[in-house]
Amino acid sequence: MLVFLYVVLLGINGFSQSSPQVYKGAQIIPISGEPITNGILIIENGKISAVGDSTTRIPNRADIHDVSGKVIMPGLVDTHSHIGDGDGGDRSATLHPDVRIMDTINPRSKSFKRALAGGITSVNVMPGSGHLMSGQTVYLKLRSANAIEDMLLYIDDEKTIYGGLKMANGTNPRGNPPSAGTRGKAAAMVRELYIKAQEYKAKIDAADGDETKMPPRDLGMETLVEVLEGKRTVHNHTHKHQDILTAIRLADEFGYKLVLQHVSEAWKVADEIAASGYPASIITLDSFGGKVEAMDLKNSNGKYLEDAGVLVGFHTDDGITDSRLFLRSAAMGVREGMSRKKALEAVTIANAVMMEIDNRVGTLEKGKDADFIILTGDPFSVYTHVEETWIEGEKVWDRKIKEDRKFATGGYQIYPGLIHTHHQEGE
Amino acid sequence: MKQLFLITSLLLIGNFSAKAQIAVKGEIVYTMAGNPITNGVVLIKDGKIERVGTASVVKIPSNYKIYEAKVVTPGLIDAHSVVGLSGHLNTDADQDQLETSNPIQPELRAIDAYNAREALVKHLLGFGVTTVHTGHGPGALISGQTMIIKTAGETVDDNLIEPSKMLAFTLGGNLSNDFKKPGTRAKGIAMLRQELIKAQAYLKKRNGDDDYSKDLGMEALADLLEGKLTALVTVHKANDIQATIRLQQEFGFPMVLDGVAEAYLVIDEIKKGGYPVIVHASMIRPFGDAKNASMETASKLYNAGIPIAFQSGFEAYVPKTRVVLFEAGVAAANGLGKENALKVLTIDAAKILGIDAKVGSLEKGKDADVVMYDGDPLEYLTNVTGVIVNGEKVK
Repeated sequence: MLVFLYVVLLGINGFSQSSPQVYKGAQIIPISGEPITNGILIIENGKISAVGDSTTRIPNRADIHDVSGKVIMPGLVDTHSHIGDGDGGDRSATLHPDVRIMDTINPRSKSFKRALAGGITSVNVMPGSGHLMSGQTVYLKLRSANAIEDMLLYIDDEKTIYGGLKMANGTNPRGNPPSAGTRGKAAAMVRELYIKAQEYKAKIDAADGDETKMPPRDLGMETLVEVLEGKRTVHNHTHKHQDILTAIRLADEFGYKLVLQHVSEAWKVADEIAASGYPASIITLDSFGGKVEAMDLKNSNGKYLEDAGVLVGFHTDDGITDSRLFLRSAAMGVREGMSRKKALEAVTIANAVMMEIDNRVGTLEKGKDADFIILTGDPFSVYTHVEETWIEGEKVWDRKIKEDRKFATGGYQIYPGLIHTHHQEGE
Repeated sequence: MKQLFLITSLLLIGNFSAKAQIAVKGEIVYTMAGNPITNGVVLIKDGKIERVGTASVVKIPSNYKIYEAKVVTPGLIDAHSVVGLSGHLNTDADQDQLETSNPIQPELRAIDAYNAREALVKHLLGFGVTTVHTGHGPGALISGQTMIIKTAGETVDDNLIEPSKMLAFTLGGNLSNDFKKPGTRAKGIAMLRQELIKAQAYLKKRNGDDDYSKDLGMEALADLLEGKLTALVTVHKANDIQATIRLQQEFGFPMVLDGVAEAYLVIDEIKKGGYPVIVHASMIRPFGDAKNASMETASKLYNAGIPIAFQSGFEAYVPKTRVVLFEAGVAAANGLGKENALKVLTIDAAKILGIDAKVGSLEKGKDADVVMYDGDPLEYLTNVTGVIVNGEKVK
C-alpha cells in the first residue's frame, strides 16, 4: 500500500524523477557557451545532466519532449525585486540590520506568478530604499511553497546565509530624524555603525570560542559581522555619480562585498566603478526623471559598463518595472549599444554571480539546477513570449494552461493590486 | 550625449534651416492609406507631403535631399499625455498637470502651462512621437482643458494644432487625495451632474438675448454641452465606466474614454455608445483602480470594432513618461498584431483626435511628419533613425 501511494504521488508531481527528461529540437542558449541550434537538454533528478547538439546521447527510458522551433535558456535571475508582499524596517530608525524581510514574505503572493510568467526563477527580494539600511534581503528560488523556508536559496554550505543587506543612499532615505537629513550625515551614520560592528567583531574574535567571553547577542551587530566577514553582500541603492562613489568608498573602508543597485548615472563614472571591482545591477526605464536623482538616467548604462569591463546585470525593481517583461529590460540595453552576449548574461549568470548562486543557476551546464525557460522565439523580440518556466526539473508555469496564462496577460481579479512602487515603508 | 545632440540639432535647425525639399526612401513605407509600399518613396515639399509611391514610379527630383530607411511610418501620435505640464524632475516647480484647489476646474487651459522645451517632450520626439494630445492630467473630477501640439516646437505657439481640444475628467477611485470632496464615487457623480445642470442653464443664457455675466468654467462646460469640446474621461473600473456612460447619456456631450482597465467587461456598452477609447499603457502596473488591467485590452477593443489609440498617460514616479511606440509593441505582441498597432499609433489616433486631415498618414497634402527606422518599428532592438516634422529633419 505504501509503495503504491509513493508511485501515485510521484505521478501527481509531474514526471517521475527517476526517468530522464529530454528537451529536443530547440535553440539552446546555455549562456556558458555559444547558442546551440537543434540542441538537446537532459534533466535528471532536478539537475541538468547534459546540454549539447543533436548528437548528444539520449539515455534509455527517457521522456522526450519535442520543442522544435522554441528557444531554451536558463531561468532568469533578478537581483532586485519587491515581489512577495514583504516589508522591512519601520520609521523608528534608519538603520535596521536586524530586520529580515524573510519574516514577512507571503509565499502565496500572486506577484511570484508574475515573475514566473516573465521567466524569473531566482530572485533577490529586498526591503525598500527609504532607509539607509532597511533590512536583510532574501534570495528565493520561486518554487511552489507553503512556507518561505521552502523557497530560500542558501549561499553557504552551513545553510545560514540566504540573502544580503539592503542599503540606500541619496535622497530616498533622506528625512527628519531619525533619518539622515543630508548626504554627509548619512555616510557618517553608516560609518559609525560599521565601526561599532568592527568592535563587536573584535570582541567575538577575542573570545576565541569561549562562550563566557562573548559580547551579549545583538541581532543587528551579528548581521553586520556577517557583512564584515564577507558572508553577506551589501546591495546598495544608489543613483547619482557622487553617491555611487560614496557607496564604493564605504565598501572599501570596511571591506565588505558590494553590489551597486540602480546606478542611474553609471555612465558618468563607469571607469571608477570598473576600477573598484564591484558589480553593477542596473534598471531599464522608458524615460529618465521622475525624481531629481534619475534625471540623468540612461538606458545605455549597460553599454558604458560593459565597455568599462564592469560585471553588469539588470534587475526589475518590480513594481518599478514588471517582472513579466524582464527580458525587455535587457533587450533595451542591446538597443542602446550593449552586446547581445553581455545582455543575456546580465539577466542570468552575471546576476547569479552577484548573489553567489552561480554554482547552481545562471547557465545551462551539467550539474546545475534544472532551472530553464522555453521561449517562443528570440529572447530580445517584443513578439516572443515565455511559454514554460521550469525550476529544478518541475514545470512551475505554462502559458498554454489558462490558469497560468492569465498571470502573463493580466485581467479580471488576477492580481490583488499590491504593488511596491514608492520605496517608502513603515510610514 | 545623444539627448544633448538632439537638442543641439533642434536648435541649429530652428535657427538656420533652409526649407530643403526631401525624399524619404523606405524598404517598407507604411502610408496608413492603403497597403504598405515595398521600396517606397515619400516626397516632401514646403513642409507638406508632395507625393507617395513606389520608387519605380515616383522619380526623385535632383535637388531633393534623400534619406533612406528600412521602414518608414507617419509621425506617431500620443493620444493622451501630460508631457510639457508634468516635468521630468517631478518637483513642485515642474508639476502643473493637476491643480488641487478645487476638484472641478474646466477653466484651466493647457496652453497656459505647456513647456515646449521640457526634456520629456524632446524625449518623445526622439522616439518618433511627433504629435501629442497633452494637458491637465487625471486626478480631479475636471482638471482642465487639453491641447494638441507637435513635439518639435520651442514655444507653445510653435506647431500648435488645437489650443483647446478636450476637457479632462476623472471618475472612480483615481481622484487625488488632496481634495476634501468628493469622498466617494457617488458624490463625484453628483457633483458633476450638479455642475453640468448649472452649465445647461448657463448655456441657455449664453444663447439668449439677455445679458449674462461670463464665467470661464461655465464657458468651457457650455462648449462641452454644445459639442465644441469633448469629454476625455479617465476611468478604469467597470462600474465606474457604466456610471460614466450614464452621465454622458444624461447630458449628451461628445466623449472619449481614457484608460479603461476593465473595458473588456463592458465592451458591448462601449461599442453601443460609440465611444472611442484611448487605452491605458499596455505596461501599466496592475495597481489601484487599474489592478485588473490586461495587456490584451487593446486587441479586444480593436477586434470589437471600437476605435482605439495609445497613450503615455500620467506617471507619478518613474518612468516619468511612457512612450507610445513601446506600449504599442507590447499590445501588438498580445493579440493586436504589428500592422494594426502601427495603424492605431497613427491614423486611428488622428481620427479620434479629429486631426486626420492634417496628420496620421502619408498622403499628398498632409503635414510632412515622417519617422524612419532600421527595422520593425515595434521591435525592442529597432532604433528610430530619423524624424521629420513639417518637412524639417529634427533627428
